[in-house]
Amino acid sequence: MSDEEPRQKSMAMVVMSGDMDKLFGAFIIATGAAAMGMEVTMFFTFWGLRAIKKNVSTGKTLFGRMLGVMYGGDIMKANPSMFSFGGMGRWMFGKMMGNHNVSKLSELRDLAIDLGVNMYGCQMSMDVMEIPQEAFIDGVKDPVGVGFFIMKAQDAEIQLFI
Amino acid sequence: MSEENKIDLELDLKGLLCPLPMVKVSQNIGKVEVGGIIRAVATDPGAMADIPAWAKSTGNEVLQAEKVDGQFVFLVKRVK
Repeated sequence: MSDEEPRQKSMAMVVMSGDMDKLFGAFIIATGAAAMGMEVTMFFTFWGLRAIKKNVSTGKTLFGRMLGVMYGGDIMKANPSMFSFGGMGRWMFGKMMGNHNVSKLSELRDLAIDLGVNMYGCQMSMDVMEIPQEAFIDGVKDPVGVGFFIMKAQDAEIQLFI
Repeated sequence: MSEENKIDLELDLKGLLCPLPMVKVSQNIGKVEVGGIIRAVATDPGAMADIPAWAKSTGNEVLQAEKVDGQFVFLVKRVK
């Protein structure tokens, strides 16, 4: 068998940011890589966890519930890293992107899942931030830790930290 | 010569921005047989770089990438 398929190339990405602009970057790169035939792993940690969360309230302890209120909602609550102005920036960028026909963040994320991008929550930050697996959208795989990410990253052609 | 290429699937990618033109080509390439040709029309100038890059990475072939009346017209052949 001479025309054996070469090993599938892969990309491993940490998504720590919850900023709108950085999430756009993360999901555009992930969908692009998946379209180009790569196996893609996205490892969501800390502020990035909201990007894969449903719009449900979370938190068990007082602090956890406070966090769930202050950093609640879902990916559409993501604010730009500059010119946030308490939500004004999100509205303005949302308008501008809509005017230029850019997909919504949630649409890009759902497209990534359709394209087979593998998404994982970081178990440790889920514990700290009191966000259970049930709070995540369908398609997010069971939580993993840094060992799993390193295993994926050391085999990957592309590693990114966003 | 290019007139001889039989089009198996037409894709309207007008108005779509990065990464969607490339993603749509990738999602539709399986709909034609090996050797089949997709004709895609995009308005995003970035597609002129992205669709050939996609073809190179996935082992497919871009027979034509041309700007015609402000639109970008691609003939993409499924190689495998």
